[in-house]
Amino acid sequence: MTCLALWMPQLDQIFVTASHWLLSYLPAALQPLASAILSVAAIIVAFATLFALTTLLERKGLGRMQNRYGPNRVGPCGLFQPLADGVKSLTKEDIVPIRADRAVHFMAPVLLVAASFMGYAVLPIGRNMIMVDMNAGVLFFFAVGSLMELAVFMAGWSSRSKYSLLGAMRAIAQMISYEVPLVLASIVVLMQAGSLSTVSIVNMQASYSGIWPHWFVFTPWGFAGFVLFMIAATAESNRSPFDLPEGESEIIAGYYTEYSGFKFALFFLGEYIGMFATSGMAITLFLGGWSAPFSFLAWVPSYLWFFAKLLTIIAIFIWVRGTLPRLRMDQLMNLAWQFMLPMTLFNLIIAGVWHFMPGGLLRWLVCSTMVVVPCILFGGGLKRKKKFQIRTYHFSQ
Amino acid sequence: MTASFMILAVLTVAGTVSAMGLRNAVHCVLALALSFAGIAMLYLQLGAQFVGFTQILVYVGAVAILAVFAIMMTHNDKPMALPDSHAAWVAGCVVAVAVFAVLTRAIVSSTTAVQIQTQTVAPQPGVTVQQIGDALLHRFVVPLEIMGVLLTAALIGAVVIAMDRREEMK
Amino acid sequence: MNSLQSYLILSSLLFSVGLAGALTRRNAILVLIGIELMLNAANLNFIAFWRYGPNPEALTGIMFTIFSISIAAAEAAVGLSIILAAYRHSRTTDLDQMNSLKG
Repeated sequence: MTCLALWMPQLDQIFVTASHWLLSYLPAALQPLASAILSVAAIIVAFATLFALTTLLERKGLGRMQNRYGPNRVGPCGLFQPLADGVKSLTKEDIVPIRADRAVHFMAPVLLVAASFMGYAVLPIGRNMIMVDMNAGVLFFFAVGSLMELAVFMAGWSSRSKYSLLGAMRAIAQMISYEVPLVLASIVVLMQAGSLSTVSIVNMQASYSGIWPHWFVFTPWGFAGFVLFMIAATAESNRSPFDLPEGESEIIAGYYTEYSGFKFALFFLGEYIGMFATSGMAITLFLGGWSAPFSFLAWVPSYLWFFAKLLTIIAIFIWVRGTLPRLRMDQLMNLAWQFMLPMTLFNLIIAGVWHFMPGGLLRWLVCSTMVVVPCILFGGGLKRKKKFQIRTYHFSQ
Repeated sequence: MTASFMILAVLTVAGTVSAMGLRNAVHCVLALALSFAGIAMLYLQLGAQFVGFTQILVYVGAVAILAVFAIMMTHNDKPMALPDSHAAWVAGCVVAVAVFAVLTRAIVSSTTAVQIQTQTVAPQPGVTVQQIGDALLHRFVVPLEIMGVLLTAALIGAVVIAMDRREEMK
Repeated sequence: MNSLQSYLILSSLLFSVGLAGALTRRNAILVLIGIELMLNAANLNFIAFWRYGPNPEALTGIMFTIFSISIAAAEAAVGLSIILAAYRHSRTTDLDQMNSLKG
């Protein structure tokens, strides 16, 4: 048991020491570049593998929720299904419609994947394991996330097809509407932490009082912020129940209708990688990053905790996808502007009240009431009964 | 005049010239987004991290998308016809070239710019977001509040102006 | 020619290209994005002078640029909504054809 306790800190920092050992073979002038390339390669390998695993988990999870087996033919329990999917998408013919804008049609998936991967540069995956510790890390993450909307538009417009354009416009409207609650929900954490650097945000949550951690999700404003952030993240990644822009029964495939083969796989990859990145940011901001849930579990290596939390959030995403029905476009927009935006603004006030009240039971009661009451009020405002009218048709001009 | 500056400068100028010269309006806006991104990378090279990320978030993520929406809603996404009269086109380019010539002459022959550069040894000033926040709330608090009012007014004004008035007339 | 001058020449080049676009294009939206390019060139000027200027601790260049970016975004929003309203009235965004009041 003691030798385990001696080995665990080394195991925690094993990737850091391995990269230092590898870099020591290079001349000092090349070391920053080589270190960056090494980190990028590690991130791409790790998260692309996680993507492959998630596609399989999702199909099996959804299948079980729909009372059927998922894929179970290829390999034991369908474990090699991602390989089969990869081979299929690589060998399919790459069809570009004849009226499509070839240059933009080609650049759209490239931009999407590049923008999705760039967000990982500021996620602290373990203790001392962050690619670039930027002073304005959270701002970089949201800036890079906003590049994805341009890629979606490029994909939808360049295909010159009705379904693509309609899907792209809906997707962009949804993404920019939900970007506002996403950023506002994270501002609460930035207020409390006093810094935009993800490393310092995680370090603030990595301490324990007794056995309980200081994660921000265990405070009323943190819990409300976490729930709002996760709803906005689901909408940002176009996942169910916000997947109207890509719902198969509605609009064939939305903005990637006219893509086939490897480009389609790149879109798929880009969306899932964006989903993982936003979940990673939620973990960093609210769930304590790489810190363990209880102080007696702190000996487990930090990156294992990060990936455990990430897998839990992915499982919740799959669960929600299999359970909730799709939202209509106007319901989606109403949710963003009439519920989530006022709730996130209220959350800022609640966090301010939490900060300035002395600690204790009264603070918890006041802040919890301030979270629950607006939630009920704004939620009730969403359910206004619409009177049925004679149907009028507005044709597009 | 380092290599990275030259690459970013060429990228930005190419994006700008394409944004003003292409015939399809959507291509123009995509080239504009490229030149915004190039300018953001120039900001990062100059050490202004906060401004660079804000440039990407606001300009590429919002203004370019807004321009794209406007093009879509005014049905401008087909390639445009060439202008009928070349006189206006030539006059505009002559004016722009004249402005560029005057500015460049002023910059190259200026003694002030040379003096400012040689005065400071210029290691990169490490500006933290904390310093920007302090400046915003202490020295620049009045412009900050005015900016809030202005953005609210612009938001409400833009929605009201672009609102579809046909339901009112029914 | 030192670094400050090269940044200034780049920003004046961007400014003049934006000016050429704003003066010659017929589409109202492209005129607006020409104006956005001019604002961006001016912002680049500010940041270049902040970096190579005598007093970078005062953060004046950065502050000015932050406010300029916000104002430019607000102006783009209002300008584009005006273009939409004008399009709804006159069915075209061609500036050469919008030459009569109360059309």
